[in-house]
Amino acid sequence: MSVGILIPVLLVLAALGFVLGKRQALALSDSQKTKLHSLPGYYGQTVALFTAVPALFLLGAWLILQPMAIESRIGGMIPDSVIPEGGARSLVMSDVRRIAGGLDAVLALGGMGEDELVRIGENLSTVRSRLAEVGVALVGDVPPVVFEAARAYRQDVKTGNMAMSVVVLVLAVALGLWAYRRIQPDMRARNVTESFVKSLLIAASMVAVLTTLGIVGSLVFETISFFKIYPASEFFFSTVWNPQFRGGSELGILPLLWGTLYVSLIALLVAVPIGLMIAIYLAEYASKTVRSLAKPAIEMLAGIPTIVYGLFALITVGPFLRDWLAQPLGLGTSSSSVLTAGLVMGIMIIPFVSSLSDDIINAVPQALRDGSYGLGATQSETIKQVVLPAALPGIVGAVLLAASRAIGETMIVVLGAGAAAKLDLNPFEAMTTVTVKIVSQLTGDTEFASPETLVAFALGLTLFVFTLGLNVLALYIVRKYREQYE
Amino acid sequence: MNSISTMITTTTSTTKAATMSESKISARNVQVFYGEKHALRDVNIEIRPRSVTAFIGPSGCGKSTFLRCLNRMNDTIASCRVEGSIGIDGENIYDPKVDPVQLRAKVGMVFQKPNPFPKSIYENVAYGPRIHGLARKKSDLDDIVASALQKAGLWNEVKDRLQESGTGLSGGQQQRLCIARAVAVSPEIILMDEPCSALDPIATAKVEELIHELRSNYTIVIVTHSMQQAARVSQRTAMFHLGLLVEENDTDKMFTNPDDQRTQDYIMGRFG
Ligand SMILES: Nc1ncnc2c1ncn2[C@@H]1O[C@H](COP(=O)(O)OP(=O)(O)OP(=O)(O)O)[C@@H](O)[C@H]1O
Ligand SMILES: [Mg+2]
Repeated sequence: MSVGILIPVLLVLAALGFVLGKRQALALSDSQKTKLHSLPGYYGQTVALFTAVPALFLLGAWLILQPMAIESRIGGMIPDSVIPEGGARSLVMSDVRRIAGGLDAVLALGGMGEDELVRIGENLSTVRSRLAEVGVALVGDVPPVVFEAARAYRQDVKTGNMAMSVVVLVLAVALGLWAYRRIQPDMRARNVTESFVKSLLIAASMVAVLTTLGIVGSLVFETISFFKIYPASEFFFSTVWNPQFRGGSELGILPLLWGTLYVSLIALLVAVPIGLMIAIYLAEYASKTVRSLAKPAIEMLAGIPTIVYGLFALITVGPFLRDWLAQPLGLGTSSSSVLTAGLVMGIMIIPFVSSLSDDIINAVPQALRDGSYGLGATQSETIKQVVLPAALPGIVGAVLLAASRAIGETMIVVLGAGAAAKLDLNPFEAMTTVTVKIVSQLTGDTEFASPETLVAFALGLTLFVFTLGLNVLALYIVRKYREQYE
Repeated sequence: MNSISTMITTTTSTTKAATMSESKISARNVQVFYGEKHALRDVNIEIRPRSVTAFIGPSGCGKSTFLRCLNRMNDTIASCRVEGSIGIDGENIYDPKVDPVQLRAKVGMVFQKPNPFPKSIYENVAYGPRIHGLARKKSDLDDIVASALQKAGLWNEVKDRLQESGTGLSGGQQQRLCIARAVAVSPEIILMDEPCSALDPIATAKVEELIHELRSNYTIVIVTHSMQQAARVSQRTAMFHLGLLVEENDTDKMFTNPDDQRTQDYIMGRFG
């Protein structure tokens, strides 16, 4: 039975359990003339949950473990002799899987009977032509053992799936029956279902936590293997970024970090003043109608795909800055520059600053403003001396969030600032950032285990630690600010 | 009840003196609208200088609304419209020539909930004098802050911690800080909207004592829900009901023998 059928069957069983459980509870309460502890539906839910949930978990676990078990068993069947020189066992295994899949297709077409497969070793050539018919082309001589392994693989998958269906269904029915038998009017069915639901919710939140841990874990793992083949001191302190295909690369993070910080700094110089002024206008001066129109319009800036910003930087802002500023001032001739990327990125993060700050300024209690007006302060005095200082921690938080957004940005940099790693102060020079180099190192042609590729993970981890730190700081500040008024 | 009646007898003598002088604030035909809602109808009242006038009345009758008319705080509410005239020292404060910002320096306000700024105690009090340029030198400002805190009866409690945050004080101390903040700009009139409603009895007693002392220099208008408080601190009392000023009288007369039936009912606790 395939998974696609197994899951609906489980759900039907659960629904059946619900109906039966509910009826049983009502019947028992009638015959024993006792009041039910919980609403009848909870008894039904208890049975349904016991039927479906453990079985589904088992199914999930089986689907993960079975392929692993089969791989290792079949892998053991393949002698070292058939593994080609310089190749890997995993390559042969992928052949095995391909052939197994092909055999399935051949059988499905009806070109061959199940019994013929048993003699597969005897007429390899027919098998090969059949496989070719269903689109599985085999290159070179495939040793008979591989065919044998493929056949065993198919067999294992089949038995495994069969066993899975049986075990899962038996478990579902058994647990469902067990829960059904336990129904008594005084059974605390509501508590049972509630703790069940609670565990489900916890499991769901674990998914998010575990994913984060998994991401960090894989980054750390690859970073460690990078530092095994490349000195960490070079990586952190070398001022040269010069990856080579033939080894001997210099992989210093400093030029990239500098580019990241420079671009982000320009972006913040654009976004913070404009964003703050927007926020003050929206929160303190704008009428309700203006605010309800302007706020979504500004937030739309954050919804534009970054590639569109990148194009804007590439074809409009970049050439404009070059023709009107860089060349007349004699500062450069490149149309991609830090300034281009920074300006465009600044526009992109304006809504991060303005929207959050607007909310924060709005959260400053009206009583503080009244107190200031009551003393004869003007509106601008009130804003400058009472509202903004009170909102400042929150605004700092907003700026830090915007900064971590700027640091992680890639597309605008690729198209706006170019890809040359440089340590330079001239904002009209092309430079690049950490994120851009992560992309280019991972999409290169070099072998995965080389420092040129693995450096991407070290870059990623550094960036992650950086933005994580910023986020934690921002959250801490925002939270502290909240406490002040609650 | 005993303490109230003694308080009333002690305040009677001063009331007579106040009756002699002419009014500090005089409101003529004041109407207030919040959008379509007619919140105050045709209010006429004379408020005497250097005395305490209490506004009483059931919730929603327009006490705060009228109080906020006296320093044009209602200007900050977009939907609010005021008609009629309110004269302070003979000048109509709703005249277009009058700058509400200037007016509010002269007519200070203390709010229901203490609302110190999230700044130091010193900065809270120095805020008003700073924006009005009342002090040339740092030492002048220090003097203003100290004397305002003294007048608000807070000096001894905070003189060693002027740089600490004003929000860290107790509720009663915060309210006195707000009074000090209002006093620091040397207003002539101080408006108080239920200044003790968020305070415990001891803090309330302190604020009431303070109002007594401030009366010799300032004209005070206080909104209160407590009859006892009105009786204790004020010389004149005005009773509002459903947007109307139903009676305005000497406090002792008001609480012993009011002219209006509605006042009688309210004081006896029959509504509101
Ligand atoms: N900002 C506002 N917008 C609209 N209506 C308002 C506003 N402020 C007050 N009102 C209305 O005006 C009327 C008078 O309100 P006001 O606050 O003056 O009452 P109050 O006598 O001070 O009541 P309380 O004793 O509860 O403070 C009420 O009906 C109230 O709903
Ligand atoms: Mg009020």
